[in-house]
Amino acid sequence: MSLEKITNPLHVRHWLGDMEADYIYTLGVAGEHFLEEIKENGRIMGAKCPRCNITYVPPKMYCEKCFAKLEKWVDIGKKGVVHTFTVATIDVDGKKLEKPVIYALIKFEGACGGLIHKIGETKPEKIKIGMKVEAVFKPSFERKASINDIAYFKPAE
Amino acid sequence: MSEKIKHYSGEALKSADIEEGRVPTEKCRPKAKFAWSAGMAMSRFLEELKNGKIIATTCNKCKRIMVPPRIYCENCFKPTDGWTYVKDIGTINTYSVSYLAADATRLKEPIIVAIIDLDGASESMGIIHKLGEIDPKEVKFGMKVKAVWKPPEERVGAITDIKYFKPIKEEKP
Amino acid sequence: MFGKKRVAIVGAGLTLFRRRLKETGKELSYEAAKMALDAAGMELRDMKSVVMGTAPDAFDGVHMKGEYLADGAGAYHKPYTRVFVGGGTGVFTPLAGWWHVASGQFDTCLVVAEEKMSSCYPHPQYAFTTIFDPILERPLGMNLIWIFALEMHRYMHKHNIKKEQIALVSVKNKRNALDHPCAQLAANITVEDVLSSEIMAWPVQRLDVSPTSDGAAALVLASEDVAKEVTDNPVWIDGVGWCIDSTLWTNRDLYYPDYVECAARMAYKMAGIKNPPKEIDVAEPYDPFDYKELHHMEGLLLCKKGEAPKLTAEGVTQRDGDLPINPSGGLLGVGNPIAAAGLMKVCEIFWQLRGEAGKRQIPGDPRTGLAQAWGDLMQYGSVIVLRR
Repeated sequence: MSLEKITNPLHVRHWLGDMEADYIYTLGVAGEHFLEEIKENGRIMGAKCPRCNITYVPPKMYCEKCFAKLEKWVDIGKKGVVHTFTVATIDVDGKKLEKPVIYALIKFEGACGGLIHKIGETKPEKIKIGMKVEAVFKPSFERKASINDIAYFKPAE
Repeated sequence: MSEKIKHYSGEALKSADIEEGRVPTEKCRPKAKFAWSAGMAMSRFLEELKNGKIIATTCNKCKRIMVPPRIYCENCFKPTDGWTYVKDIGTINTYSVSYLAADATRLKEPIIVAIIDLDGASESMGIIHKLGEIDPKEVKFGMKVKAVWKPPEERVGAITDIKYFKPIKEEKP
Repeated sequence: MFGKKRVAIVGAGLTLFRRRLKETGKELSYEAAKMALDAAGMELRDMKSVVMGTAPDAFDGVHMKGEYLADGAGAYHKPYTRVFVGGGTGVFTPLAGWWHVASGQFDTCLVVAEEKMSSCYPHPQYAFTTIFDPILERPLGMNLIWIFALEMHRYMHKHNIKKEQIALVSVKNKRNALDHPCAQLAANITVEDVLSSEIMAWPVQRLDVSPTSDGAAALVLASEDVAKEVTDNPVWIDGVGWCIDSTLWTNRDLYYPDYVECAARMAYKMAGIKNPPKEIDVAEPYDPFDYKELHHMEGLLLCKKGEAPKLTAEGVTQRDGDLPINPSGGLLGVGNPIAAAGLMKVCEIFWQLRGEAGKRQIPGDPRTGLAQAWGDLMQYGSVIVLRR
């Protein structure tokens, strides 16, 4: 004998629900320094490991390779290079965007890591891997120590 | 090494540091919605609740009558063998008088929650539900309780088709 | 057992436990891991494998938290595993580290546990409710405290235990924590304080419960050969055990944790322990609630069923008693960043057996200790037996 199975598909149920929770993330020791510099001084900072001679952007509190504590901050400038990019035409819900948005991984000379950010003041067909870009900051009164204090990166000379 | 370590890391923050914006933070509310499949056993269970009945499954090997029902016996690790109804009457196995809502906000009037071992099911086959029509002080371990159902037209096939369990007077022989 | 290597703990590290810390989870992991490495006199490059223990992603609010934390745990370019068994994670993490080394595959393993519960705002409670069955239990408005209240009440009913007897655990642990440099809720309180604290879900009151916390802990594990090179006083992992009971938690009698007994028997057998109360010199059973310490002492076979309250009242479980229980101050006193709290207990036994616990040091030159954690839906036990 075995269990009598459900044969009418209408009798197979689904239960709807959510997993709602609100989050507040602290930026951490390195993260707070990084974003406060962007907010207060419009500077993009890296953290340098003197032992491994690596500068991390975004900065870390520790060197992931040798585990030294990082306390040396380096201004890496506003200019970077498009390492790779994508052009988004739909939003997170799958709806079509009015205007496509370019997202790029931007790398900085002499630094390990990079920033994911938007590219502005250009068109998708003009963007190329390897092209130079420059950070455009929001006006200082709008900045709140967020990665969005950088409005976008724009093509640079 | 504990007594040899002189410094322990960590910088404590107060709620006010966050609420008053003294410390920068990022906020987020994930927008995740789900449709959980009730599956074979639970779909039937919910359908039966709509009919005002509680259904269990049975295992012929260990002879257990299991509620909530399941399509496999986790003890014998074999498919269960049949459906059977159990009573909507049971015994209070344990209970709590809760002043907490799901989100940890405080309730003025407490709710009583209990694990109820249902008559007709195997020993310790409890389900969790609320108690009603009783003062928290009157609740006792081992007390007999009966399901209070919503009217049939209000039932949707949910555990909340049972409003709560209420005490029943045990008939004297 | 054929081929099994002996495994030692050679270093331990811990951050502060607090309601809310500024550091990110990665940074907390780093601080604890670095401290453990420094204590062992070893470098990250000496670590051949890394095990991270951390509880639900819903606390930190980072999905795939194991991967997120990896670089802070020192796992960059290394064999890395994240383990998770609910509240049992903290003690399960060194068990997973143990098999990395005991198998002979790795000479060393860096074991890290982290939790940052403050990200879930304003309170992690809502994230906790999502552990329940979405169809049968969540529609009732479940609160995590309920299941503890139901279990505690059943335990009290079965053995006719009074709240006054249980409150002694909270009093003891919060006082023990006064000597712990990382403690979040160390205090001198009385039984009356516990009994007059806010009723949350009877019989659970505010001071019966450990707090939510941020924090991290870490251990360095090494094979016998490596351990003898780096230290003169290794602490050996001589017994490991873990066990899970049915997910259907309303389908069993909650008065006794069978699954803890099962895990303990596995660990005792491996360690050759025949008479636990006689052979265990110090223990750190999991105490997220005061009654849980008693419940777990019984499940760990450190006393008979229903006998733990009596031993507590007699002072047996105090630091200077015959069987010191939670000399660290436990979760009730030191705090409860879930996975990190369990590993904090293993750190404590490590320090106690090395005679390095400072003001918390128990007398009598302890040689054998035990730590245990518990978790999931009243169903998981993880046990570790350590020897000097």
